[in-house]
Amino acid sequence: MGKKVAIVGSGQTMHGRRFDLAYPELVNEAIESCLINTGVDAKDLDGVVFGTMPSMMEGVALTHFYFADVLRAKGKPILKTETCGSTGVSLAITAYYWIASGMADLLMVVGSEKMNEGDAQATMTTILEPFYQMYFIAGAPGVFSMQSQEWSVRFGIPEEKVRDAATRLSIDHHNDAFGNPYAHIKQRLTPEQVNTARIITYPVRLWDVCPTSDGACAMIFASEKMAKKLGKKAAWVKGVGYSGEEYWFGDSDKVMWQSAIQAAKQAYDMAGIKNPRKELDVAEVYNPFTFQELLYYECFGFCDFGQACDLTLKGMFSKDGELPCDPSGGTLCTNPIGATGLIRVAEAAMQVTGQAGDHQIPGAKQALAHAMGGVDQYNGVMILGAK
Amino acid sequence: MSKEFSTFKKVIRLPHKYGAGPTFTRFYEGLKQGKIYGTKCPECGDVLVPSRSMCPKCHVNLSEWVEVSQEGVIVSWAQTDKDFFGKPGQGTYTVALIRLDATGCDFLHLLGGNLSKVKTGSRVKAVWNEEKKGHMLDIKYFEPK
Repeated sequence: MGKKVAIVGSGQTMHGRRFDLAYPELVNEAIESCLINTGVDAKDLDGVVFGTMPSMMEGVALTHFYFADVLRAKGKPILKTETCGSTGVSLAITAYYWIASGMADLLMVVGSEKMNEGDAQATMTTILEPFYQMYFIAGAPGVFSMQSQEWSVRFGIPEEKVRDAATRLSIDHHNDAFGNPYAHIKQRLTPEQVNTARIITYPVRLWDVCPTSDGACAMIFASEKMAKKLGKKAAWVKGVGYSGEEYWFGDSDKVMWQSAIQAAKQAYDMAGIKNPRKELDVAEVYNPFTFQELLYYECFGFCDFGQACDLTLKGMFSKDGELPCDPSGGTLCTNPIGATGLIRVAEAAMQVTGQAGDHQIPGAKQALAHAMGGVDQYNGVMILGAK
Repeated sequence: MSKEFSTFKKVIRLPHKYGAGPTFTRFYEGLKQGKIYGTKCPECGDVLVPSRSMCPKCHVNLSEWVEVSQEGVIVSWAQTDKDFFGKPGQGTYTVALIRLDATGCDFLHLLGGNLSKVKTGSRVKAVWNEEKKGHMLDIKYFEPK
């Protein structure tokens, strides 16, 4: 087992459409906020961990070099980690390993995306090879629609019930986003608005899908010794899990989804969690699509397979439910992809340190943060605790 | 916003010649002849399609070639009327995971023909384009049987 790792604090940009700043300036907005919030002097950093989506989405290759100045990285090592949608959790895990190994005491971790500058869907096709898959899974909604339909058919969940549960999540999250000052899309929705919104890829409709966001998130990770010296209320990394599966989409079961199940299990085992629904106080689940969030509840053991719709409709995962999920509004309301997973970790840390403001879950002591990357290929989970 | 900031538009065009290697090359030669080939893993016995040079589960090299069935069942599907970058063809796009008979994985391709009654579990068969170029889209789509 490695050394204890603390999260001292974070900073986020106001996420949204941000043509008011150039990309490095946007990254700097999160970093300045992070340094102010944590009281860290950048000259004391041992290194920087940075990541985004693939270069095609950034418009510039090797953005960690482009952003070296705002990353305050002169004279310091930069590690870049890039795992598509799960980049943010991978960044946090990279920093965790670095500090747990004893090789660093103080790190800044930054993830960013400026999605409105390019064509996100088109650039995402470039994560697929042109021999076979590029023609058939070029748009993310198609992948998630297939996965959702396979799941509902496998467990015999009526289409109307899946729709009702997805609608409940959409209404709750877009409403919860009003409590999150950084969230991109905040909207009061009625069931009718969600259920009659235009179809993106059947059965996924407009309000089931995350937005195209610009934004960044920066965090400070520290050793126990350094966290004490800084004297801030810290969150502690209790468990990490990361798991992948075969490249070709049709090779693995995306319902009994091994990488999601395994990532959560690794993190729970490390944190000593036996019953996640009882032992977690809040979860920041990666939810770019409402339908996929339901499946994650099951893969993460929040409930049995086939049960997520019923429990969601009973309010189990609402802000005032037994296990509140995505009280920040989640990825569904804010998705600057390279930052998104790190925002999940930052939100989880804010929750267990009682600093989540209007979307604070009262008394939260243990939280889960999660993100997924590639064509349903990788899942990463981090468990944070107040002690 | 009170002020409009400048933007700078640039198109990056980078031609790239992707080498298909021996396994996809042979698969495409099969398509030219109206055949779908897989490779069989000597350890787990799965026939994987399209053909691979390695079994992703057993991590052994694959050299046994098998012509696979052009029929199978729909495992899942998704449909959109939207146009998007890289979409093959025009109009409604229906993509599916298809388990071809006696294979060990799902094959991704398009659905076409009369889809009014199609659902998960429906049987489908391959429909080919007349002109075959040695390309994944030589199979026009899979249609309900």
